[in-house]
Amino acid sequence: MTPLDTLRFATRAATGYPLRTFLMVLAMSIGVAAVVVLTALGDGARRYVVNEFASLGSNLVIVLPGRSETGGFNPANAVTSTPRDLTVDDAHAITRAPAVLRTAPLTVGTSEAAWGGKLRDVTIVGTTADYLKLRRIDLALGRFLPAEDPNAAVAVIGAKIQSELFGAEPGIGKVLRIGDRRVRVIGVLGATGQGLGMNADEVVILPVAVAQAMFDTNTLFRILVEAKGRPLIEQAKTQTLEIVKARHDGEEDVTVITQDAILATFDRILGTLTYGVAGIAAISLAVAGILVMNVMLVAVAQRTAEIGLLKALGAPGGAIRDAFLAEAALLSATGALLGYALGQLGAFGLRTAMPALPAYPPDWAVIAALGTALATGLLFGVMPARRAARLDAVQALAKR
Amino acid sequence: MSLIELSAIERVFTLGDSEVHALHALDLAIAAGEYVAIMGPSGSGKSTLLNLLGLLDRPDAGRYRLEGRDVTTLSADEQARVRRERIGFVFQSFHLVPRLTAAENVALPLMLAGVAPAERAVRVARALADFGLADRAGHRPDQLSGGQRQRVAIARATIMRPAVILADEPTGNLDRATGEEVVRLLEALNAGGVTLLMVTHDAALGARARRRVVMQDGRKIADGA
Repeated sequence: MTPLDTLRFATRAATGYPLRTFLMVLAMSIGVAAVVVLTALGDGARRYVVNEFASLGSNLVIVLPGRSETGGFNPANAVTSTPRDLTVDDAHAITRAPAVLRTAPLTVGTSEAAWGGKLRDVTIVGTTADYLKLRRIDLALGRFLPAEDPNAAVAVIGAKIQSELFGAEPGIGKVLRIGDRRVRVIGVLGATGQGLGMNADEVVILPVAVAQAMFDTNTLFRILVEAKGRPLIEQAKTQTLEIVKARHDGEEDVTVITQDAILATFDRILGTLTYGVAGIAAISLAVAGILVMNVMLVAVAQRTAEIGLLKALGAPGGAIRDAFLAEAALLSATGALLGYALGQLGAFGLRTAMPALPAYPPDWAVIAALGTALATGLLFGVMPARRAARLDAVQALAKR
Repeated sequence: MSLIELSAIERVFTLGDSEVHALHALDLAIAAGEYVAIMGPSGSGKSTLLNLLGLLDRPDAGRYRLEGRDVTTLSADEQARVRRERIGFVFQSFHLVPRLTAAENVALPLMLAGVAPAERAVRVARALADFGLADRAGHRPDQLSGGQRQRVAIARATIMRPAVILADEPTGNLDRATGEEVVRLLEALNAGGVTLLMVTHDAALGARARRRVVMQDGRKIADGA
């Protein structure tokens, strides 16, 4: 029997029992589709987070108050356990480091914004003029915080604040009440959507001194530092740490992280998550494989007389085994391809429903899913095929 | 030299803890071109004999020579090859593959032998025409009458031009007229030189053969014209 004849014979056998074939193809395709859709979701989430971090601005080094301890108890901490405040002056000092292009201090808090009888909770971000360039923010209208007057009672508002408080009217020039202070709106941010858990459309940006006064604090939430270039990120980090340490009486009481490090961590976590969901989805492929075996065993039982006939007509055991194996492979392959199409359709649906999420299945997942489907189909097809090949011809012929 | 030569054949089945001698001390020689009816009551061993002759079963003892060659010692795959090329089966229940058309059923032995599709088509068309089935080529078995089904089966059994045709109650599932037609077809093939062995318990059918082998309890009790 030539391979082409074996394939043709298997095709006829598969199409000869449409319901059985349909159910098996369906099971296999659900397994493959699950892998494709779930990995698309996982990898989409990974890409989403990575993109969000990239949108923070490039070549970023972030200074956090407090030291993250990983070495257990440190005797130095027993002496001075309270970290010193991270201040605006620290930020100015860091700006003078050779590898640093610019810095932006950051104070964050929540307050109420009111105008014309309308009141709304807002996120207050206190910073300086350099924040605009550092975060690569687009202004829709007006101008950003002035560099020359750090105490000006002015505000730059997010796109949503503009639309909710002022509607179609331009907010620029209006005096907004924030908490117990009055500030003049001088700029409106372009609509950006979600950004790192903080909706950039719902912020009010104030000069850092104004914000600190409002929250009655001297300490900063973060200092964002931009290195002069990508190769200088590590130098900027070292220099930043040295400067802050020198200013804080030799105490290393801040944590300096690079954007790359955060990015790599998230990349790793979400990558692992994607593998995890792929693994869970792969279970359905194994189940489909067992179904292949079940269905093929039924097929062997159903076609016992036919197997007996083939033997009487002079088919060697190998030819019968190959025919049944080809049938299992054919069903698995069809299921896998159909599942791939379904999965891509599902991923497309996800992207349509959530445009922010780049839900594309990664190549490795697609290859692994198709490969696993074929492999399980063949693997679980071997036992029924061998059983068919070993049937006793006389007994098989006696069966109707 | 005989086409078929059985000597001291034993075939024992174990049913539970009792042994059944389906064939016992059987000697049989059949020359090429003979027309032999194998007769006897059910359980006499005639079907076992036919399965053995068709290499579907192996004897527990004794020797079977087909065309001068000892076939009992062949491997399973070699026996399959002998079945494919030298032996044609005709069954009482036709044994057509239900999802395949008449032409595809007839083509099965050619496909198993690896004959190219183009040559296959030519040979199948000729065989179907020879058996008056040319207009039934595309029909599936459930669209054919009993007589047509058995003719398809006979076309399939002869497509490889075997030396011997083994027919197991070929008219058992057919009415008298159709059965008569099928038997005449088989006899015509025999007239053309093919050795014909037919298992039957129908005395009238057996009487038509030139030689009758009568079996009882696994033994040959009569053999002759």
